[in-house]
Amino acid sequence: MSGPKPRTTEVSDADGRPLPLPGYDPGGFFCELTTERPGDGGALATVLRRLAALPVEELRRRAASAERDLFNLGITFTVYSEATAIDRILPFDIVPRVLTAGEWRTLEAGVKQRVAALNLFLQDIYNGQKILKDGVVPADLVHGNPNYRPEMQGFPVPFGSYVHICGIDIVRDEHGRFRVLEDNARTPSGVSYVIENRHAMLRAFPDLMQGIRLRPVDGYGLRLQEAMCAIAPPAVADPQVVLLSPGIYNSAFFEHVFLAREMGVPLVEGADLTVENDRVFMRTTAGLAPVHTIYRRIDDTFLDPTVFRPDSLLGVPGLIAAWRKGNVALANAVGTGVADDKALYAYMPRIIRYYLAEDPVIENVETRICREPEGLAATLAELPNLVIKPVGGSGGYGITIGPRATRAELEACREKLLANPANWISQPVINLSVAPTLTPDGLRPRHLDLRPYAITGRDTWVLPGGLTRVALKPGSLVVNSSQGGGSKDTWVLVDE
Amino acid sequence: MTDTLRAPAQPLLARYAESLFWMARYLERAENLARVLDVTQTFEASGRPAQAWESVVRINADEAEFARRYGQATPEAVRRFYLLDADNPTSIPAAVAAARQNARILRPLISTEMWTQLNVFHGWVSALTEEEIAGEGLSRLCSRLKESVQLNTGITEGTFYRDQGWHFLQLGRVIERADQTTRLLDIKYHLLLPSLADVGSALDLSQWHALLRAAAGYHAFRRVHPRELTPRAVADFLLLDGAFPRSVLLCVRQAEWALEQLRSRYGLRGTREAAERAEELRAGLEERSIDRIVEAGLHEFLDWVQRMLIAIAGAVGTAFFRDWRPGAASPG
Repeated sequence: MSGPKPRTTEVSDADGRPLPLPGYDPGGFFCELTTERPGDGGALATVLRRLAALPVEELRRRAASAERDLFNLGITFTVYSEATAIDRILPFDIVPRVLTAGEWRTLEAGVKQRVAALNLFLQDIYNGQKILKDGVVPADLVHGNPNYRPEMQGFPVPFGSYVHICGIDIVRDEHGRFRVLEDNARTPSGVSYVIENRHAMLRAFPDLMQGIRLRPVDGYGLRLQEAMCAIAPPAVADPQVVLLSPGIYNSAFFEHVFLAREMGVPLVEGADLTVENDRVFMRTTAGLAPVHTIYRRIDDTFLDPTVFRPDSLLGVPGLIAAWRKGNVALANAVGTGVADDKALYAYMPRIIRYYLAEDPVIENVETRICREPEGLAATLAELPNLVIKPVGGSGGYGITIGPRATRAELEACREKLLANPANWISQPVINLSVAPTLTPDGLRPRHLDLRPYAITGRDTWVLPGGLTRVALKPGSLVVNSSQGGGSKDTWVLVDE
Repeated sequence: MTDTLRAPAQPLLARYAESLFWMARYLERAENLARVLDVTQTFEASGRPAQAWESVVRINADEAEFARRYGQATPEAVRRFYLLDADNPTSIPAAVAAARQNARILRPLISTEMWTQLNVFHGWVSALTEEEIAGEGLSRLCSRLKESVQLNTGITEGTFYRDQGWHFLQLGRVIERADQTTRLLDIKYHLLLPSLADVGSALDLSQWHALLRAAAGYHAFRRVHPRELTPRAVADFLLLDGAFPRSVLLCVRQAEWALEQLRSRYGLRGTREAAERAEELRAGLEERSIDRIVEAGLHEFLDWVQRMLIAIAGAVGTAFFRDWRPGAASPG
């Protein structure tokens, strides 16, 4: 990582080369807009030229108007405190992130491969456990995992698909190479922002997009509905799909609304459903109506108080029994959390080779497993240069970034590692790619990642692009919305 | 489903039906409260400020809660209680917040335009300030409140899909509207009962004008009754006119129609109890002349109408909204 360079001006960098945008110097990082790549058909230069032609006041005016629209449309999450409920938008940056057709081909193939491996792994884990017997993955990583569900043993799922909706977090290093950072195989969120960001962009910046051909993103609802019908009990001709949400107080409620609307299905809460004779029904004005597929946006342990947490009010008593009888399909299947654990992540390259006999299309970020003595030793030796992550965490919490940590923070991290090594993994700091982002200082580089979404029924389809999350604080590598991150529209160029 | 001809193309979640009913009720309530506050200011101008504002508290049955929180019913306190105080469940901000809460639940069902307008409306109403409700600004504010609800009603008319959900929404709207018209009429009687000497005076006439204007019925009333403006004629118009959109009789007929549609087009047999109550109320209105009503006591009659409206709403709720049990409302 490079420090601040001397004598950068508004129009040229420290070496006197002209800057692509006024005041914009990506430094040593790969820039998703200004780093030249083959096969963009001139689109990158066009976007840059148009952006550079807009005064920063005009960009701010349009950004404010786009954000006001998002707020008025209720594309928001609600932050509750004791006395108040405040609606917030996910900050939206108006500069798009652009992927070339060639880059997307790699990403799409990589995501499909990853999803295939995850599903094969789950099928194996919940049937013969061959991979454990062959010693490729340590058995206690599975059996000791809180998200492993013994109830799933021997239970067949249609097409061997456990992970119907999957989000894969991908970053890009300073050389422009993609790396998988994390798999999300439970209930990945954020896809609604992919589509809403495109709509926001079309409202705010039709002139920026003019003449540039992009892969559309609005097919998601249809594909999802199609997959939900494909996994429904086979005897049902016209399956009733519902989306099961924890309700309006859930922070992702807007996304639940969005998905129910895009699929054209009822958004239900647990109390809207009832199970009779191992069949699931919803309460309608005309009485009980049968339900065949449930896209559930609540965790495994809340699904059915008679099987999991008895105190759960979000779920439906008897749901798991109905599911095991084959009378209703659940997406995602129960027990997928065993596959997207951060500890298991380290084994994904080996898992891909084991089931598919292929090399990973997109490599993992190099990962040391602290439960293994050599991994712990290497981590402790290099602590100030590494990112240390808890294996069970999410939302960017509990992470220590070595180069940014104080001496005291590193010491605290070392103690936590030694106290419970199995709870940690470590990775080198990835110099995440950047893109121009509108900041109080004008367009400046900010780090970002990408979460493509894959839908799997009979086969796997990947939504072109995905959610680009951007860290809005200067220099920050944490893109999570809970930590001050925002998002961008993600463009996938059509092959010329 | 054996009865495929009658089976609804789209099932409607019981919870959605309930939210539609209540969203419409709360919006209608907000609009009518704005009408009441507007007309109260007119009464105030005619010389009895304290009495006028006190009567608003009385017709909303808020005396105890108001006294506990504010003490004396000064014009300022009453305005604040109904326009700024979100903790008062009968305030306009509370009604709009409740409507929006239901709309949030209904977002998968209602149009984006309906939701967005209500969301923006709520943002505005929940941020009203002392300055906006003071003095001559009140009338302008009340107009804007009315228009905001009317805008939502218009958007709903033009964009909301017309299946059974539409009828549950209409039920909520017309039941609340009928109830509010009885309150508007009652406020005038509360005000005038102690001063019968004024009846027929210039002051009295101007107050009846104001009442009709608050109900948006002044010009229609003039057309129907070009030669008289008596309290009886106004009460007749607001209660028993067959064509005025805010008359109690017209609202009850619309409720009956919505219930009939739910039964005949969507096979919802649970409408029976509510339909019987609505028929009873309609008959009670149709068979009485305004003279008989006034002789027997207008206030008592309005009370009966309000109780009947509560009974209709209750029957709809019991049949379709809460604690539904198989067998109770199952079609064939």
